[in-house]
Amino acid sequence: MALAGAAVKEGRGRTALVLALACLAAAAWLVPYAWMVLTSFKTLPEIVADPTAPLPKHFDTGAYHEVFATIPVGRYMAVTTVMAVAIAAAQILLALPAGYALAKLRFVGHRFAFGIVVACLLVPAQATFVPVFLFFAHVRLVDTMTALVLPFAASALGTFLVRQALLGVPDEIIEAARMDGASEWTIVYRVLAPLLKPTLVSLFLVSFVFHYNDYFWPLVMTTGDSVRTLPLGVALLREQGTGVRWHIVMAGNVVLSLPVLALFAVAQQHLVRAVRARS
Amino acid sequence: MLGPTIALLVGFFVVPIGVAAYESLFSWDLLTPPRYVGGANYAALAAHGQLLNIALRTLGYSVLVVAGTMTLGLALALLLDRPGRLYAFVRACVFSAYVVSWVAVALLWMWLLDGNGGIVGRLLHVLGAPPIAILGDPRWALPALAVVGVWKLTGYAMIIFLAGLQAVPRSLLEAAALDGAGAWNRFRHVTMPLLAPTAAFVATTSLVTSFQAFDVVRIMTQGGPARSTELFVYAIYEQIFLDLSVGRASALTVVFFVMLLAVAGLQLRAWRLRGQP
Repeated sequence: MALAGAAVKEGRGRTALVLALACLAAAAWLVPYAWMVLTSFKTLPEIVADPTAPLPKHFDTGAYHEVFATIPVGRYMAVTTVMAVAIAAAQILLALPAGYALAKLRFVGHRFAFGIVVACLLVPAQATFVPVFLFFAHVRLVDTMTALVLPFAASALGTFLVRQALLGVPDEIIEAARMDGASEWTIVYRVLAPLLKPTLVSLFLVSFVFHYNDYFWPLVMTTGDSVRTLPLGVALLREQGTGVRWHIVMAGNVVLSLPVLALFAVAQQHLVRAVRARS
Repeated sequence: MLGPTIALLVGFFVVPIGVAAYESLFSWDLLTPPRYVGGANYAALAAHGQLLNIALRTLGYSVLVVAGTMTLGLALALLLDRPGRLYAFVRACVFSAYVVSWVAVALLWMWLLDGNGGIVGRLLHVLGAPPIAILGDPRWALPALAVVGVWKLTGYAMIIFLAGLQAVPRSLLEAAALDGAGAWNRFRHVTMPLLAPTAAFVATTSLVTSFQAFDVVRIMTQGGPARSTELFVYAIYEQIFLDLSVGRASALTVVFFVMLLAVAGLQLRAWRLRGQP
């Protein structure tokens, strides 16, 4: 990262202050996570007796057993992963040719098509779910993978980012491929896709994380258990049963967050780049 | 090659807005046939100031979140724009909340803010505040949700500000220092003007994000207590799934969309400011 802030030498007192503030900032984010993990290893009597005791008496994994006994974690996780992978993969497969057409081809209605993509950048699913839900209800597709995946199979953002990236690719590469007799589809998937690898990896990861985490769409598009996703299942841990058993809810939270945080630890650079790319 | 993309985008994002506008003119409970009622759905929502209250609440929440994330995000970007593993680690900590599910964040903060065993309440109590159930108090529930939003989104603002800081030339800061400008003056007269377009971008994107807030409301308060946290998307959700009123849900959707368009207008201006299409 750039060092603009530290471009000018700092005194020792200031360095200490900066260090202290940085630790405070870290604590503001780490303490809540730590509290989540610590609570998940407590037992119900412990929490009732002293809810703010920092450490559990001994690390009890009962809450985790309870989570796995209450909700089918494996199945929910599988549904969530299949959904998120399907969406992310479809977005890339569709964004490549669409972005290519917008960046490199001249055709009637070019400006209009680009206008639609940009306009859709501004329309969130929260503004469309009522009619889309009624449509899926009408064709009896509520509670199916189709209702979860299809509305997001095309991504305005992905199309836009692929177009932007392709604007920087010289036309000569495409011309040369055409000379060699490559079809337009070969050009898109075999010649250009490898060139855009960093963009595509970022796009895939961001899309995967967003839809793995998503609560809103699966909530409104499912009524039963058949394609319930993990965020819904974990949120249900709090709603069911008598009284809120926070150690179980926090254990569910850990199970839900751990895969994403692990992915974040491995692919932080890609995720950060993708977030920046949108700006 | 554009066909599938345009078809899907039009089918799932453009057409639904039109359908919502059409449905908003009918009274329909999903069971009996729809009945044309003209503008009655809008009139019913506007009566008793319900619509205005929802809009103002959503705006209030968004302003709190945007102000909080911008201030903290900029402060953290300036603080953590330093070499070394420690600062990289702190940056990762702050940004991690942006990657974690809203569900996990909302549940975690419910526990932190819990009236009985929450550590936030205990902490405030130690500092001399009276013990209150923060999420159960109509005055504090919405600001509390905004705090959760700030905790979740500050990492995003920080990352964008850090990228913006890279565009501030070191030579300029060094020249200012040689001219005797102190840290504050360097920030005020060199860094800040160069960051203005970045700030406009962060502000508008955060505004759009917080306008769509739903998960925190659904999970933490269900719009309560006394409707004090009923934000736009949650109100639409209530109308269709709890009250089975398609017409009113559609009317709310149309108003929500118009408000989003206004925000999007601001966003486009901010993009132009940064020299992008």
